[in-house]
Amino acid sequence: MVRNRDSAVLDRDDNAGDARAELVVDDQFEVRAAKAESRRGLLLALPAWLYLMVLFVAPLAIVTVYSFATRTRSGTELSGWNLDSYRKLGEPIVRDILFRSLTLAIITTVICLVIAYPFSYYLATRPERIRNVMLVFVMIPFWTNFLVRNFAWRVILGNDGPLTRVTETVGLGEVELLFTPVAVVLGLVYGFLPFMILPLYAAIERVDGRLLEASRDLGATGFESFRQVLLPLTMPGVIAGSILVFVPSLGAYVTPEILGGAKTTLLGSYIVIQFLTARNWPFGAALSFVLMAIMLVATLIYFRKGGRTL
Amino acid sequence: MSVESMDREDGERELAAVSMRSITKRFGDVYAVDDIDLDIADGEFFALLGPSGCGKTTTLRMVAGLEFPTLGSLKIYGNEVGTLAPNKRPVNTVFQNYALFPHMSVLENVGFGLKMQGASKAETKTQAMEAIEMVQLQGMEKRRPNQLSGGQQQRVALARALVNRPQVLLLDEPLGALDLKLRQEMQTELKSLQRELGITFVFVTHDQEEAMSMADRIAVMKDGVLNQVASPEEIYERPANRFVADFIGHTNLLEGHVVDREIVRLSNGADIPVKTDLPSGAKVEVSLRPERAFLHPASSTPDGAWVDGAVKSVTYLGNAYVYQVALDWMEIDVREENRPGLEVFDPGAPVRVAFAPDAVSVVTE
Repeated sequence: MVRNRDSAVLDRDDNAGDARAELVVDDQFEVRAAKAESRRGLLLALPAWLYLMVLFVAPLAIVTVYSFATRTRSGTELSGWNLDSYRKLGEPIVRDILFRSLTLAIITTVICLVIAYPFSYYLATRPERIRNVMLVFVMIPFWTNFLVRNFAWRVILGNDGPLTRVTETVGLGEVELLFTPVAVVLGLVYGFLPFMILPLYAAIERVDGRLLEASRDLGATGFESFRQVLLPLTMPGVIAGSILVFVPSLGAYVTPEILGGAKTTLLGSYIVIQFLTARNWPFGAALSFVLMAIMLVATLIYFRKGGRTL
Repeated sequence: MSVESMDREDGERELAAVSMRSITKRFGDVYAVDDIDLDIADGEFFALLGPSGCGKTTTLRMVAGLEFPTLGSLKIYGNEVGTLAPNKRPVNTVFQNYALFPHMSVLENVGFGLKMQGASKAETKTQAMEAIEMVQLQGMEKRRPNQLSGGQQQRVALARALVNRPQVLLLDEPLGALDLKLRQEMQTELKSLQRELGITFVFVTHDQEEAMSMADRIAVMKDGVLNQVASPEEIYERPANRFVADFIGHTNLLEGHVVDREIVRLSNGADIPVKTDLPSGAKVEVSLRPERAFLHPASSTPDGAWVDGAVKSVTYLGNAYVYQVALDWMEIDVREENRPGLEVFDPGAPVRVAFAPDAVSVVTE
């Protein structure tokens, strides 16, 4: 800005004569400066814009277009645009799958919340050194391969796996969890727990400890202090974490495939089936579109209510 | 360190509002509070005063229940509370930065304690509104804390604590965050509020002027230990030791030693007639407050005791003249009220610094 002002001065000096009487900076200066500022902003954002356009918006558009196409024996016909695929969404089998996926995603989110909140609170009240170490431990899973971690659970939960061996030894009998919805939830919770822990931790850590002291001082029990003070103040973190777990859980593919088996088909697998086995691309596209719509609504909620946390 | 006990004039011991015996708080190797015995009287406006890190806030928090003593007994009106959780004590705290709940309105903040006690919605609202009126914030009850000024927030914090009718009200540096003028207003208001309510107030401050203006008695603390517990007059006129003399107000400390009960000999050999109980030969300092010293021409014979020196500098403050006077072995400050007919001395002038023997006190470490 300083440079601009200097050049404005220089510009003005060209108009000789009573330069003193003229305005050094005219009333158009601010307008020009503002325009320059926004042009600079656009330039900085341009690479990200292009990336989004080419690799996100374009595929999105293609998928949406396909959802209105016709399915033929040999492939997909980009003609005879219709709503058949969307009508198919109303079929009982589809509604079952949608409902099951939503239920599992919600259960996963709730379990993550219940596990993560006390843990995050504990984490936030440790001295700094210990806190940093524990945070590293929480994030270590991110450094390993997601597929490998899911297969590890397959081994643990398998028949004759470590889990059932332990329960048998303690006298609780055999446990066959693999290829059940429980296994899927287990895998999803394990996979997405850090996404709940981190925003919760950030939100809890930000709360002034003295507010909780004041609450105790005024007669509240520990639980009341949590309910009346801590929870309301950390709600953005709760919402952020919930959405960060709910959205990927809803469309999960890898975990249900590896741990759920063929018995429970969830949305992610069902969509893949349309594109690979059933060769019903329009229907697959319609399903994808619905899934994306749900995720979009959830993400909008995140940005409005929980966005300030992360 | 000796501590004053709570004897009434008729010799009977009244039940102390707060009674501490051997209260100690240790953090690792550090004794934040070291073996404190203290009684705070019913209805007293009591101050814990000292520099940062002296243990005053820790002591206050132990009364509140936000810290637990490592050792010792803490009683509130005769009931042992040392290990009780804060929500079980008949004590409320006004926090340093008010700790108002940001997600609640003023009314909800003030009513919080009542709600926790199980009062009905109607009761809570009525009593909370009364408390809000008491601190003159009527009309603000729907606002959120972040819509209030610092002074208003402080009143909300006060109301929120007082509405629960605590037996003891604790205040942690209550006026620290306010600007000077507001602070002085609040000092007066707090004092009259306390007198009206009759509740025992215990507050913590590092500002000795604040302690002096508000408190009935002050406990001066340093490094976790009580140095003196007395009324502001007692502390100012007869400080128990060097630290208290130096911490409260300004003073000049003239080194010397005790000759006998009536004479202290200064480092320059001059004998000052002051009364002291300290043993002969004891190394002491004579605490001379700048306003208790008066300048006379070098050749005069003023009343009382004097030392000779020369004026080093003069500062005109409007309501007073402040001199730096160089004595043989040290410099002292003298403050003369700007009264009509005052003789003003220039730098370099030889002077005699005079003072009344009973206007100084003799202190040791």
